[in-house]
Amino acid sequence: MPDADVLIRASGLTKKFGDFTAVDGISFELHRGEAFGFLGPNGAGKSSTMRMIGCVSPPTGGELSILGLDPVRDGPAIRARLGVVPQEDTLDVELTVRENLLIYGRYFGLPRAVISERTARLLDFVQLADRAEDQVEPLSGGMKRRLTIARSLINEPEILLLDEPTTGLDPQARHVVWDRLYRLKQQGVTLVLTTHYMDEAEQLCDRLVVMDRARIAAEGSPRELIEAYSTPEVLELRFRIAEHDQAAEKLADVPADRMEVLADRILLYVPDGDVALASVRALGLEPLTSLVRRSTLEDVFLWLTGRRLED
Amino acid sequence: MAAPVAPPADQPRGLAPAAAAGPWQMALREFRFWLVNYRRTWRGSIYSSVLSPVLYLGAMGLGLGTLVDAHGLARLGGVSYLDFLAPGLLAAAAMQTAMGESTYPVLGSVKWLKTYQAAAASPLRPADIFHGHLLFTVLRLAMNCSIFLAVMAAFGAVRSAWVLAALPAAVLTGLAFAAPIESYAVTRDKDQSFAMLFRFGMIPLFLFSGTFFPVTQLPAWIRPLAYVTPLWHGVAICRSLSLGTADLPGVLAHAGYLAAVAAAGIAVGQRAYRRRLYV
Repeated sequence: MPDADVLIRASGLTKKFGDFTAVDGISFELHRGEAFGFLGPNGAGKSSTMRMIGCVSPPTGGELSILGLDPVRDGPAIRARLGVVPQEDTLDVELTVRENLLIYGRYFGLPRAVISERTARLLDFVQLADRAEDQVEPLSGGMKRRLTIARSLINEPEILLLDEPTTGLDPQARHVVWDRLYRLKQQGVTLVLTTHYMDEAEQLCDRLVVMDRARIAAEGSPRELIEAYSTPEVLELRFRIAEHDQAAEKLADVPADRMEVLADRILLYVPDGDVALASVRALGLEPLTSLVRRSTLEDVFLWLTGRRLED
Repeated sequence: MAAPVAPPADQPRGLAPAAAAGPWQMALREFRFWLVNYRRTWRGSIYSSVLSPVLYLGAMGLGLGTLVDAHGLARLGGVSYLDFLAPGLLAAAAMQTAMGESTYPVLGSVKWLKTYQAAAASPLRPADIFHGHLLFTVLRLAMNCSIFLAVMAAFGAVRSAWVLAALPAAVLTGLAFAAPIESYAVTRDKDQSFAMLFRFGMIPLFLFSGTFFPVTQLPAWIRPLAYVTPLWHGVAICRSLSLGTADLPGVLAHAGYLAAVAAAGIAVGQRAYRRRLYV
């Protein structure tokens, strides 16, 4: 990858708040045109990393270069070329949809004509054109999120930062947001997003890092991570509560790469789920329910950390 | 479906000069945000800006003033109570406007609506956001004080053409409150502290800083307390200009004090905004 295509380079990047280390020496590179994700549970350090990239949080240690510039010294110049969708909406809910974009465009020093031309295009894109003159307050959560995305694009950013873009949205609204982000990605916009939803990471990210406890646990494409840190298939078994522990002991005899005993289920990581299920039955165990599925990033996370993403 | 939102990857994006803007231009961008915001509420705010001086000058200046004047005018320097009171109220109104603009709107922007954080994600720096908000406060002060002066004139409570110079003096008085209070407000997480500020800060100042009676009426030991408050200086400068008794050294001394308080508030505020917005 030529250097000109590296938009962000972090090396040993660290953020401390007093004695608490939020980000502990992480290193990564972001390339032009890719969709890059930070996957991890709440408190893993994703948002702190995002804020450092957004030049609103000076790093405590390590190196960070964004668009070849220093975030502490060149904050305004970098931010002029970034788009930011924060975790919490920061829209002015007392103003109209259009006024929110007007104000934001002015923050970037854009002339009014440019702002209104882009506003029309962006509201169309996020399917809010018919709400342009409405106040923001009564809009649904999904609409506010889409407006925030439109707002973040007003300066035609080189990198779009999305911190937990669909947290708090209902499934339908989430799919609409995903669809819009997918389109942006296809138009060549470079995306950086944090998420604790493994399906979000799988759908949107070309490449991601798994973050846990302020560090990067693994890096790769979703497919690479699954291949490296899980088996092709997972057999999920559910037993009667009374038999759960006993069954777990017996299952140790089933040939599997690994077994995870969760509170309500037992997961067997195997090359072939049906074959494994047959061996379970051969042991005389009859699960209440059984499910054979492909491995996901959730399994990768479980494998790497021994914990689940959404707890 | 709409046209592509982003230009092709190989084209330069955005407008690079945006980052090269100077501090004034940056502050003006935030100032214009407040202007857009104000478009929704300006009518209501104008009504109260007119009503408040009419009520005060009517009740205190005319109503109470008749009683005061009947006891002789010597202690007020030979002027009617209305003439004495009006410029004092002008300075006090500047203080009230400043406190209104620099408390809840600041906390709302940083805590409730998070519009400060939205601006901080753009090229604007925390100091630009602070300066822009302060500029808007200055506009509101200029508006309210102009209206106040017009009402004063309508009441015939003006004795000198110098009163026009009381407008910038009153705005400066307001700024001497707004700058430090915005610096304080941006550090807050709850609005309880504002109730304290109003109750134990604004109201005592309003009552004892020479607005309603000369500070010389107070016991000697407490007077120095009145002299350090910006309001006393604001009242003194506005009154001397309205009554036509102003002298240059006095005006400069009072204005210098107010400017120093405002400058200190701005210096503190730049740090406070940075600390709050760059975590």
